[in-house]
Amino acid sequence: MAVEVVGHADEEHDEELRPAWSLTRDAYDSIALDNPLPDRVDRAWALGGATGKGVKVCILDSGIESGHPSVGEIAGAVVMSVDEDGNGVAAEDAEGDLCGHGTACAGVIRSFAPDAELYSVRVLGAGFTGSGKVLLAGLKWAVEQGYDVINMSLSTTKRQLAEVLHELADTAYFKRTVLVAAAHNMPVESFPWRFSSVISVGSHEEDDPLTFFANPDPPVEFFARGVNVDIAWLGGSTIRATGNSFATPCITGISALVLSKHPRLTPFQLKSVLYLIASNVGGGA
Amino acid sequence: MSSSDDRLYAAVAAGVLASEEQFGSLLRSIVEVARAIFRARGSSIFLHDEEKDELVLAAVADEREQSLLGMRIPSSTGIAGWVLSARTPLVIDDLQNDPRFARGVAEKTGYIPKGLMAVPLLHDERALGVLQVLDRPENSRFSLHEMDLLGLFANQAAIALDLLGSARRARAALEGSGDAATVARVAAALDRLEGTRRDAGLALLRALEGVLREQ
Repeated sequence: MAVEVVGHADEEHDEELRPAWSLTRDAYDSIALDNPLPDRVDRAWALGGATGKGVKVCILDSGIESGHPSVGEIAGAVVMSVDEDGNGVAAEDAEGDLCGHGTACAGVIRSFAPDAELYSVRVLGAGFTGSGKVLLAGLKWAVEQGYDVINMSLSTTKRQLAEVLHELADTAYFKRTVLVAAAHNMPVESFPWRFSSVISVGSHEEDDPLTFFANPDPPVEFFARGVNVDIAWLGGSTIRATGNSFATPCITGISALVLSKHPRLTPFQLKSVLYLIASNVGGGA
Repeated sequence: MSSSDDRLYAAVAAGVLASEEQFGSLLRSIVEVARAIFRARGSSIFLHDEEKDELVLAAVADEREQSLLGMRIPSSTGIAGWVLSARTPLVIDDLQNDPRFARGVAEKTGYIPKGLMAVPLLHDERALGVLQVLDRPENSRFSLHEMDLLGLFANQAAIALDLLGSARRARAALEGSGDAATVARVAAALDRLEGTRRDAGLALLRALEGVLREQ
């Protein structure tokens, strides 16, 4: 197994992220911050002219069909498994996509951010039994790699996994990895989309891909295009599909655009920018 | 109660539960209504067989396809497998553009749908199976209202599947060689008695109940 370890778009900036447990009066200067946000955040500032260049996006799903006309070449692909001791194992993935869904998500992200680097972490397709543990191992591995954005168009209903998932989501948040997760459109408890450290996404019915709404009544935080979407599918094909799992990569793609233009934004700041440029908030258009 | 008592209780309670066949009828009724509401060509429910990690066809709306019941597909691949594992509904049109899907389904059923709605059947923490609706009318644009409707059917089907699972486990306990089976045999024997012998049998059991409660 040879797996490339990737870093953040602004790796040198990580040096400044030393944990601080308290702040003495003489240390105020050490945390002086430049506010990266202008007085007015609009779409022109946030993503005008951006292509996603330099941003590493991970798709945690069923794999990606590399070379698909809507996806192009991907920067790396691994398949996750769990060994007898319960440890996650990442191996290079030559099988591509076992379902079509991961390729679909990759195609949506590519349509927003043509120059983003796409990485596939395959956590589905090795059988249903144990899929929760593989999902957990895949997310842990992805967070360790330091991707800028992780797209999770899936969830688990297992409560015993929720605590570890929560810790992973928080770790990602503080490591400047943005976790974008599909919300459930049925009244069921599932994770990780319900956690406030991730960006959760549901669907709206509009056709414009750049139309997205901030939800004043979470846990679903944003609504993006997820109904009757033309998406990439297996064998280089395209099909029309509906689901929150396709709305999620819209926000992933838009996040990649913002981060390629403003790589120093933290997940907190990015979520604020998304809010400010949402179609139903003043900063939009 | 200990887990042994739980099993015994559940098994005896199965005597007043509906039979597996009746739950099968409920599942079929759900797919028939789903098919009618969505004006679709077909609808089906796959149950996840945890032991073999496969999806088993448990209900199908079309009369001509009843012979397919029991058909098994891998739980790991394809759209139903993804929906089960990802616990997320998916609606796909133009399925005939998917060469792998078309081949796999055609081999089993001889029928290739153009479109597919698939939703996981979730009950508590468990994903019990997948409900599918095949081929809504052409040119009918899908809406979030339909997605909500699909979720409602899925909830109903999940409850039915959960009850079916309980009935199967209870029946297995009643037909086995354990404590529950002994109680079931006594109950069956009592049920066959008539007249004074039945009254005597009931009196004996009530006396036994009294003795057991004293301890």
